[in-house]
Amino acid sequence: MLGEGILKGMAETAKNFFGSYVSKERLTTVEYPEERVPAAENARAFPFLVYDGPDWQAGLRCVSCQICEKECPPKCILIEKSKDKKPDYVGKPQFYPVRFDIDLSVCMSCQICVEVCPFDAIKMNTEFALATDDRFGGLLFSREKLAKSNEYYHSIHPTEAAEVDARLAEEKAKVEAKAKAAAEAAAAKAAVSASPAEGGN
Amino acid sequence: MSSGVQTKPEQLEGWNRPPVIAPEGEGELLEVAMGPHHPSTHGVFRMDVTLDGERVIGLKPVFGYLHRNHEKIAEQTSYLASMPYTDRLDYFCSLTNNWAYALAVEKLAGLDAPERAQYIRVILAELTRIQNHASAVGFLLQDMGASGTPLMYAFREREKILDLFEQLTGARMMCNFMRFGGCRVDATAGWLDGARKMVAGLPNFVDEFEALLSTNEILMARTQGVGVLKPDLAVNTGVSGPMLRASGVDYDLRKVDHYGIYDRFQFRVPLGEHGDIYDRYMVRVLEMRESIRILEQALKDVPAGPVMDPKAKSRGFRPKPGEAYGRIEAPKGELGFYLISDGTPNPYRYRVRPPSLINLTILEDMCLGHDVADVVLIFGSVDIVLGEVDR
Amino acid sequence: MVSTSFFTALDRIFFLLRDWLVGFLPVALRPAAGVLLGVIAIVAVFPGFFALTTVFERKGLGRMQNRLGPNRVGPFGFFQPVADGIKALTKEDVVPYRSDRIVHFLAPLVLVVTVFLGFAVLPMGRNMVLADMDAGLLFFFAMGAATELSIFMAGWSSHNKYSLLGAMRGIAQMISYEVVLLLSAVSVVMIGGSLSLSKIVEAQNSYSGVFPHWYIFTPWGFAGFVVFAIAATAETNRSPFDLPEGESELVAGYHTEYSGFKFALFFLGEYLAMFSISGLGTTLFLGGWSAPLSFFDFVPSWIWFFGKVMLSIFVFIWMRGTLPRLRQDQLMNFAWKFVLPFTLLNLFVTALWRFLGEGWLRWAVCSAILVAAWALMGRVGMRRKHFGPRSYRYAE
Repeated sequence: MLGEGILKGMAETAKNFFGSYVSKERLTTVEYPEERVPAAENARAFPFLVYDGPDWQAGLRCVSCQICEKECPPKCILIEKSKDKKPDYVGKPQFYPVRFDIDLSVCMSCQICVEVCPFDAIKMNTEFALATDDRFGGLLFSREKLAKSNEYYHSIHPTEAAEVDARLAEEKAKVEAKAKAAAEAAAAKAAVSASPAEGGN
Repeated sequence: MSSGVQTKPEQLEGWNRPPVIAPEGEGELLEVAMGPHHPSTHGVFRMDVTLDGERVIGLKPVFGYLHRNHEKIAEQTSYLASMPYTDRLDYFCSLTNNWAYALAVEKLAGLDAPERAQYIRVILAELTRIQNHASAVGFLLQDMGASGTPLMYAFREREKILDLFEQLTGARMMCNFMRFGGCRVDATAGWLDGARKMVAGLPNFVDEFEALLSTNEILMARTQGVGVLKPDLAVNTGVSGPMLRASGVDYDLRKVDHYGIYDRFQFRVPLGEHGDIYDRYMVRVLEMRESIRILEQALKDVPAGPVMDPKAKSRGFRPKPGEAYGRIEAPKGELGFYLISDGTPNPYRYRVRPPSLINLTILEDMCLGHDVADVVLIFGSVDIVLGEVDR
Repeated sequence: MVSTSFFTALDRIFFLLRDWLVGFLPVALRPAAGVLLGVIAIVAVFPGFFALTTVFERKGLGRMQNRLGPNRVGPFGFFQPVADGIKALTKEDVVPYRSDRIVHFLAPLVLVVTVFLGFAVLPMGRNMVLADMDAGLLFFFAMGAATELSIFMAGWSSHNKYSLLGAMRGIAQMISYEVVLLLSAVSVVMIGGSLSLSKIVEAQNSYSGVFPHWYIFTPWGFAGFVVFAIAATAETNRSPFDLPEGESELVAGYHTEYSGFKFALFFLGEYLAMFSISGLGTTLFLGGWSAPLSFFDFVPSWIWFFGKVMLSIFVFIWMRGTLPRLRQDQLMNFAWKFVLPFTLLNLFVTALWRFLGEGWLRWAVCSAILVAAWALMGRVGMRRKHFGPRSYRYAE
């Protein structure tokens, strides 16, 4: 009969009308500033630079290899390489960025910089409320603003950070073992080279 | 409906020219530029409509307002750096765009996604299809003036699907998830459980949606017999996806190409008979049901294993010189990426076959002779995203 | 005994209030002042009612769509209309270049004034009617017809294609449904035997047992009410008949070029029209201010009237939340080829009802005719237009 489908539809909306008072499944609204959904662990917003230890300048993992600068699709990263070197986490002397700027107004949160970084130096933050009234400089983040501690990284992406730490520790151990072996070999060599000298004497 | 469509005797019955319609009686014709600031142009799109009263006797689609130079940019950057840009083509279905591009590059470089990655891809693509179809129907009803109720129901479910996307890929819409030779991260057991729970609630949603709409007399009156697309015209103009199947042509790349692992799942392809808006609506609803079936099967037996091809590498990716065309059945139709490699890190040629644009090319044929109100509906039933039309 | 007199006083509270206020004036001025007070009350109460309804509508629609609706301004969002009003007042009043400025200015005023005039004849409670005319129904329809003028004034003067199309649609639609509206009310006049709205309510204000004699509880009354509701929705340009302002097609129809307070006046006019037509429907079919069950008689009559109007407005909102919009030709087809014949048949059935005498026979005959006619006409109409549910085939 004419009107049947209309009545069926009206019953449906009535069901939803009452349903939204009782069922959380139906009324999924989260009233944002007061309530917030915790960010998903994988959630990503904008990149930040990880540093180890207490001093951000000394502990910055970035060695300014400039791969991310090259790979960044919208080209929002600007890196200036240092002239001198400083030791990285394994103690090997490396370059460091004297300037590391990300224009967050250009960044499209694609995470490719994170993927291509061989040093686990750049990671994605979950902080998204970055609105500012400074149109030109407000979203141009320099390395001071971008640097975040490893503890912070652990607090936002615990699983991923643990994996990264384990990998770095392994590498470090490997390097240390190698260095130790090398040192031992050197020592042995030194001892060997020293002994003929001794013998020579 | 077709009474107003008069074919001039000298005009050949050809597929490549829209019918010529003569205005009835005397009086001035009204030329209205619908868009780019019109509420129902789904973005920035313009239709220069010539009206005789309220009857459309001429329609010229004008697009390009959202042109972003996607293809040329892709030729200047590395293969990987184009991946996030594909998210922004059809921003409703970023994951299927990812898949199509990944498929093309995999063909080019001879990579193969491992089993588990294939399953995850299917799950994500079908979830994308469901949320796209639900929102497409919602927008169609919005164009019909339903003050947003079906759209809100669609978005309610879409939110749940996007939550799943966020948990897995890190972003709700711009997922940037698939990689050449697999997926970026693995799905945890918890995520799969969440997906199973979500999928279990979906049939209920489709039932509700259908109870609200499918037999509604106003919807049937508005959509049946309106905007008819004949199968031969559809095939000749390269229309694909639900639009083509609503016209009764059995062509679903999941069945034709067997890309991914679609040949392992039991599902059917719903076909329309009349090729009008109602058929397009129903085909989408029925496809949602079939997608739920695929999801149930896929989520039942996701194998363990890696999600990346061990041969794949993220830095210094240079495929051998050659060309490849990868295509998938995106929710809107056949989405293809054509790539030519010259051995450098950048593609020599990068071309997108966007279903939205090609499905939109026959807008005039479908609209002529109908009312202004129908133009909006027909336009809505094509289901386009301007990001993909203009690229 | 005390309670009875208390409720009687409550029922007459507005009269007591008026008499008290008028008592301060010299005797010669009292009748005029009394009428003026009534007018002021209507002009004050209904816009307030309008403000409240916009909140309720948005909240109700929100809930139907699984949203919360406005809840930020004031407690539970109830100050939202205040914020909206301030916004409308502070907006720039844009008048398009080359528009007909005078007509453009007058259109919203004409709408609001004519709609307000309709309230004069509605009995909003026992004896609560501003102008108890013998031909009140006729006056109401005359005023309702005048609103069409304002829509065309707005559409014509705006010098905008969308406005013009909207106005054309509006005129066509309102004239078509005016006929239906009138004819569905005629069946009430046939039974009630009067054009005076107060007399029509009085005729329904009796009970058999506890059940009232409202016209909606008769076959012809129910059919008449359904048709009246359809026509009223079309008359007030509410969804699913909101074509004149269909936002997805015509941007905003006839009020595309209105901004600021003029737009707010159009909005006010639309809602006031909705109230007045709901009031008329209540008066004609739902027993006006009479209580739904005889033992609720003690509740003040105006509470029943406003309660019923609120209920009808909820149905308006409910329909808006559910239904998509019709197309112009379908709307006209529906009016002239379905609703109008059905209304005419309903007039015949009303006559039958009157002359078949008391008893179950007239119930059976009248219901059967109406149900059969609705089903048959609906079916034939759908078949002729080739629409209906479909089944789909699948490719494996």
